[in-house]
Amino acid sequence: MYVGVDLGSRTIKIAAWQDGRMVGHNLQESGFEPHEQAREMITAYNPKQVVATGYGRHLAREHFADGVITEIKAHGMGIHAMLPQATTVVDIGGQDSKVITLNGNGQVTNFQMNDKCAAGTGRFLEIMATSLAYPLGDFGPAALASEQEIQINSMCTVFAESEVISMKNRGIPRQHIARAVHSSVADRIIAMLGRVGFAEFIAFSGGVANNPCIVQMVRTRLENVQVVVPENPSIIGALGAALEAARKDGQA
Amino acid sequence: MTHFEIKAYPEMWKDLDMDVERFDKMRLMLGEIYEKTYLSQKNRPAGMAYFDNMVAEIHGGRIKELLAAKEEGRPVIGTFCVYIPEEIVLAAGGVCVGLCGGSQGSVPDAEKILPRNICPMVKSAFGFKAGRICPYFQVVDFVYGETTCDAKKKTWEILDDMVPTHVMEIPQMKNQTDQDMWLAEVKAFKTKVESISGKEVTLAEMRQATRTMNNKRKALQRLNRLRHTNPTPISGKDVLLIEQIAFYDEPVRFAKEVNELCDELEKRISDNVAIPGKNAARIMVAGVPMALPNWKLHNLVEGAGAVIVNEESCIGTRYYKDLMDEDAEDMETILQNLTSRYMQIDCSCFTPNNERIDQVLKEYKESGAQGIIHYSLQFCHTYNIEEIRIRQACEKEGIPYMFIESDYSPEDVGQLQTRVEAFLEQIGE
Repeated sequence: MYVGVDLGSRTIKIAAWQDGRMVGHNLQESGFEPHEQAREMITAYNPKQVVATGYGRHLAREHFADGVITEIKAHGMGIHAMLPQATTVVDIGGQDSKVITLNGNGQVTNFQMNDKCAAGTGRFLEIMATSLAYPLGDFGPAALASEQEIQINSMCTVFAESEVISMKNRGIPRQHIARAVHSSVADRIIAMLGRVGFAEFIAFSGGVANNPCIVQMVRTRLENVQVVVPENPSIIGALGAALEAARKDGQA
Repeated sequence: MTHFEIKAYPEMWKDLDMDVERFDKMRLMLGEIYEKTYLSQKNRPAGMAYFDNMVAEIHGGRIKELLAAKEEGRPVIGTFCVYIPEEIVLAAGGVCVGLCGGSQGSVPDAEKILPRNICPMVKSAFGFKAGRICPYFQVVDFVYGETTCDAKKKTWEILDDMVPTHVMEIPQMKNQTDQDMWLAEVKAFKTKVESISGKEVTLAEMRQATRTMNNKRKALQRLNRLRHTNPTPISGKDVLLIEQIAFYDEPVRFAKEVNELCDELEKRISDNVAIPGKNAARIMVAGVPMALPNWKLHNLVEGAGAVIVNEESCIGTRYYKDLMDEDAEDMETILQNLTSRYMQIDCSCFTPNNERIDQVLKEYKESGAQGIIHYSLQFCHTYNIEEIRIRQACEKEGIPYMFIESDYSPEDVGQLQTRVEAFLEQIGE
């Protein structure tokens, strides 16, 4: 049994791999001692090898993991296993947004990642949802239901929040503001894709791929391109790490 | 790991009108960071001891030397740019020091006055003076600024209220009219320096100064050639430190020490002593200067198991790649030679700046690197935009390439670490 652990900024994900297929996965909100939590999450699988990825990867290696890879490589490997025809990966997590290009073997050939700014990340959506009093799960569907096109001009999380508050106080219905917030994230993804370049088959992974509005907006902004979300997009990084654990052991 | 401390000279600092209490805290912090960043490295060359000591004495021993020079009536001039012709300062018997500008610690002092969204190097430097926390700033007769960027040229006007600041106009193109203007600026600079020393610089003094600077640059070129060996005998962090110390050490002594270190490195190469490991990925850095103590990128890259083998930067090759003719027969010729030498500097403030693209590719080949990280400081428009052309050139040549824009604060270290490690994974595959 090979296990991959993805210690992300918001959640911990694990994926277990055996005999050429994924045999289990799990996701938890990350607490104060992520390495302890992650260690507990993997014990049930009694893994032969563990590879860690995500922000806490080095912490996990200090405590229990046998190896580490970056989220970039992990998402590349995970997507290649699930959707081998994809050579472009968009991964939007809690704290990072990335565009990764792969060769036919799932190896990373280029990538772009946001720097310290939170704009365009899951965290950005979360802050805006809170500001508009939506539970996170309702935020995307609400935005999707709105048909009003208004614009948020600021990409900085702090300034965008002020902009959202001022829209709220001008009496604009909140689902329209929600749509504007989603639009701004989708525009940012498109800009990043434009910078790196993309193929006609794009895979979308990371927690934000669960948001139906973002996915639809990215789709409508790209012509003649297929944007596919794998089943369980949040655990793709963990899956990639599990595959790396198997590969290290000569099992893949 | 031996304990490292930057030596304290509270009496002297007080005489220099510094904020002694605050500066002492910064001294302790810098000492700790240095210990962690530098002394934790395994298998360093013995010759690094001299440079460790230059850091230990950065706020003491070297300042005493500058004070002694001033006492003898020799000019002490603070600068921020590789365009300021050191040869002229040396010829006048003076001392040229690159001023502090590489620390997050002084940025809040600057942000009390300057806008926040400008280059961190300009803010850091300005903050060191505003907070009275840099002994070099306190010692200099004056600062010689230049016009290589908008943030700098407008900051000089404000800085002038705190320390006499003169400005040299650096051309932005390389046409004949620009060269003529630059020669006039060099002459004006010479006159200004002479006004401090109280005597005119002679041809013999200019020739001697030219030799001194050539020797210093040759020593750095030799060091850079030796580190290009695969596997490399010295860490990128150590070479970066030496390149940084080049801006405040006495040039003759510095060249001698660098050459002695090079002798040791040659021995290491023949004995097959490598740092850090024989299979470490080799990375070249290109871009903006890294003022002391900006070791952020080197620390990340080498912390991830790779080694930096070249700095295409003002702190690196841009400072020492060009030499000049030492044997001119008259002052006019030697000044013209000097002007031509400095016009070869391929700073991104020039347009067009095709020479730099070629230079980056040349250094990539010479250094045997496996990838380039282009490093820019936030809000540095010229390097940030020129990056596009560097990236295109790397794509065309099939060179693995990554661009990092950062400042001195630690807040983006997590993201940068991920990006650097992912880049190394990409090269390794």
